[in-house]
Amino acid sequence: MDAVALQASLARRETSVREVIAETFARIDALDRELHVFLSTERAAAEARAAELDRSLASGKPAGPLFGVPVVLKANMCMQGFESNCASRILAGYRAPYTATFVERLIGAGAVVVGMANMDEFAMGSSSENSAFGPTRNPWDPARTPGGSSSGSAVAVAAGIVPIALGSDTGGSVRQPAALCGISGFKPTYGRVSRFGLIAFGSSLDQVSPFARSVRDLERVMSVISGRDANDSTCLDEPPVQPEVAGDGQGNALARDHENRAVPRAAKSLAGLRVGVPKEYFPSVLQGDVRSACEAALAKLAELGAELVPVSLPHTDYAIPTYYVVATAEASSNLARYEGVRYGLRVDGDGSLQSMFAATRAAGFGAEVKRRILLGTYVLSAGYYDAWYGRALKVRALLRRDFEQAFEKVDVIAGPTAPEVAFEIGAKSDDPVAMYLSDILTVPASLAGIPAVSVPCGFASATNASKSSGAQSKASAASAKVSHAASSAHDGAGRLPVGLQLIGPHRGDARVLSVARAFEAATDHARARPPLYAAAATAKGARS
Amino acid sequence: MILTPRASIVRTRHRQLRAPPRPSEFSAASNMSDSDLDTVYKVAALARLDVHEAEARALASQFARTLEHFKVLERLDVEGVEPMTGGSRHSDVQRDDVPVPSLDLERILANAPKRVDGFYSVPKTVGGDE
Repeated sequence: MDAVALQASLARRETSVREVIAETFARIDALDRELHVFLSTERAAAEARAAELDRSLASGKPAGPLFGVPVVLKANMCMQGFESNCASRILAGYRAPYTATFVERLIGAGAVVVGMANMDEFAMGSSSENSAFGPTRNPWDPARTPGGSSSGSAVAVAAGIVPIALGSDTGGSVRQPAALCGISGFKPTYGRVSRFGLIAFGSSLDQVSPFARSVRDLERVMSVISGRDANDSTCLDEPPVQPEVAGDGQGNALARDHENRAVPRAAKSLAGLRVGVPKEYFPSVLQGDVRSACEAALAKLAELGAELVPVSLPHTDYAIPTYYVVATAEASSNLARYEGVRYGLRVDGDGSLQSMFAATRAAGFGAEVKRRILLGTYVLSAGYYDAWYGRALKVRALLRRDFEQAFEKVDVIAGPTAPEVAFEIGAKSDDPVAMYLSDILTVPASLAGIPAVSVPCGFASATNASKSSGAQSKASAASAKVSHAASSAHDGAGRLPVGLQLIGPHRGDARVLSVARAFEAATDHARARPPLYAAAATAKGARS
Repeated sequence: MILTPRASIVRTRHRQLRAPPRPSEFSAASNMSDSDLDTVYKVAALARLDVHEAEARALASQFARTLEHFKVLERLDVEGVEPMTGGSRHSDVQRDDVPVPSLDLERILANAPKRVDGFYSVPKTVGGDE
């Protein structure tokens, strides 16, 4: 059951919120030891909230759009009294003194927060291996990464613990794990969702982004959390994103019944839609059967009536260096606040204030965070600012212009979300550049500040991921480790999910979601569940 | 935490210098030099981060390799391009200039590692060698 169906069922009083929350924690108990989704759970608070919601409904108050829906937050999000430690030793034990705007809106809509999810430390990473508290595991194959940095949030949804989770997407941290876990993840236009209460990494890129098992759930969450906020001056001064409704005359939205089945409709639900296919998004490093799954998805869009139009985004090759200069520069500034004075860890140095700062940061940050702070400091330092940071901002403008020119000809752009399926934990951890390259297809939309969704579009083989990933082989010999067969016992059917990425123009959030919804309705990909999901579902009280 | 002599030197340096010296450029990935190591120490001082020698050596070679990869940016002609300095073209929105309640002091200070009354407590910064 997705969130929309669960909310409807609760509103009809077919079940109670207390029952839903009890089942959620039964699944957490059954699965979290193996998957390591959570950094903290808040059972008592969730149960109290559930009881309050049940009473409220019984007293005749209307059910909000997310009434009784259990949700998981990424551990870089603030909810008063909950531990927002960013998976970092430097913030271990930090309890937020206030609640983020988007969390207040979720709660106001009736959602129940059950816990804080694991992540790469300060959202820096693509695998959760940079968490100070150990990696999260992919429910399709626990030897593999779920992607990152919003790893725990993705797995909470993929493993059926909750229907909805929030992550943050700075360079692909929601879209990539959504693709690797076989669920949907949506990065809104920059500024659609307030960042007030999201602990900053790269402020010009960070965007709160939902995960769900259905596109209509993504739309439901967006209608709740988006919209202007006086506490974030970069938040767009616009009303919340509302789904494009069926029969709107655009031919690109579908009617759904209450069970989320597509109702009889014109076969050509995407008639008139122009879908741009950038050649740069099908590079040689793309895993072979990821390419074929995405090509099949494009064929499906064409079958639904869309016109496929070749487009070019000529600066794509420059996106990774641009991103890693801009994001690390912003991170070096944002993370200056962790120095042992106001919160978190303090390590005394030789008695001076400066040495306390340096010793605290040395002990509190993990290797990747240090690497990015130092790289960011370097590109901002006197003598290198213009050559690196200044130049990257100009290339960023060129990347945005690429998209603007493409969107003069097309309505959405389609391609793969990630260049390969989920890789094995440990495969790239010694090689920062190899890890950075896994973001190659997601960072361009982040830099341009435009909306993009990843939706499941089939499967590719796990073995190919080890042998033929160009991103790895190009990067270094360290990736040769990938091919060892140690994890094959976990491979199950040896199939791993692939994601299709749909990118829209600035503020085209509702449009990309409606195309994703049409694709989802015309295929069965979003209904596939990992073996673990079924196993836990047979446990008492579990729900799908 | 165990500090190598080198890291101690860094500490001494950033106590003495108001403005740490400008780092020098990294050499090509294949021939990491002592000056690369020195650059890492200088950047670390700017970032208020102690690094020990083994860490600095690893970082120097990773940075050299990363920046070599990033040098493709130099190939582009960006003459006359306006930099994109934020997440959107949208200019900052201002809220109404009316007072709103502030967070409770106790709630904010609750996360402080050390505090004295209503204040954060830090090592002495005046009257000593700082």
